[in-house]
Amino acid sequence: MTQAQRRWIFLVAGTGLAAFYLWGLSGLPGFGNYPGPYGPAILQVAVAQTHATGVVSAVNFLYRGFDTVGEEFILFTAASGVSVVLRHLRGERDRSAVDEAADRDVPPTSSAVRMVALVFAGPAIVVGWWLASHAQTNPSGGFQGGVVLASGFVLVYLAGEFLVFERFSPVDLLDVVEGVGAGGFAATGLTAVFLSMPFLANWLDLGQYPGAVSSSGTIALISFFVGLEVAAAFILIVGELLEQTLLIRQGES
Amino acid sequence: MTELAGVHTPYTVPVVMMDVLQITVLVLVAAGATAVVLVRRPVRQVVVLSVYGVLLAVLFLVFQAPDVTLSALTIGAVALPIVLLLTLAKVRKPEE
Repeated sequence: MTQAQRRWIFLVAGTGLAAFYLWGLSGLPGFGNYPGPYGPAILQVAVAQTHATGVVSAVNFLYRGFDTVGEEFILFTAASGVSVVLRHLRGERDRSAVDEAADRDVPPTSSAVRMVALVFAGPAIVVGWWLASHAQTNPSGGFQGGVVLASGFVLVYLAGEFLVFERFSPVDLLDVVEGVGAGGFAATGLTAVFLSMPFLANWLDLGQYPGAVSSSGTIALISFFVGLEVAAAFILIVGELLEQTLLIRQGES
Repeated sequence: MTELAGVHTPYTVPVVMMDVLQITVLVLVAAGATAVVLVRRPVRQVVVLSVYGVLLAVLFLVFQAPDVTLSALTIGAVALPIVLLLTLAKVRKPEE
């Protein structure tokens, strides 16, 4: 195909795309204008119905809790998949975490990096835990809290060595925590079914008043389980990748 | 913007200021996304991607979605760069 032919095909296709795109844009509702019925309806009833002032969490873990279960298990499956794909293969051997290349001078971790990582590891874990346990009152939730919690453990790796990271986050324990997190979410939903309510209905006491940490029933409980699952899954994935990068080498043992 | 019945906030930020802020952040996000594509060396690209993740989080904050801000911050600025950097470390050539 010649250059001119290519250009003609592009011009025709590009014009068509631009026309459809502009046509689509012209039909959109105005900026910041939400024409659907659900947003205003949720805003009217959510706080009174769930005693959760974090209405986004109420939507995530109650009104559309069924979708969130699916998302939860996407992450669970991803972590399992990484574990399977990055497992030790035949013909691979462990090597020391120390660089073996004779002709390369690897600079040690600078004390600045160690210091920053040490200073932030503790606060990251506290903030992550706080985010995961305050979904019912604040803009936060198990997903965000879990990742922040996990990044605290990654900072432990940055401050020390892979072996320290491994000792701080043993794989067996992480597997259990991840399973409890994912299973806890599903079990919370199924408990409602055993109490002859719909799946994931809010079967716990709502607490005295909206905005209390103890309020909102299953929303807080589910956020807690999601936090466990996300933190464990993320630490597992990073740990597997670190192990693959640092320890496992192809070749005869 | 639609008016919410019965919702009163103590904030009185002029609408024009909010518009200017939102447009500024939108332009920054567009510039950041272009920068990610233009940087060609993968390791540097990951660093720029991380900065772009922070910009995206600021965008969500300015558009009044604090929950999404937290998600964007943790995934875009922390989780994705970590996973990408580790992958790059694994696949790099031994002599480099």
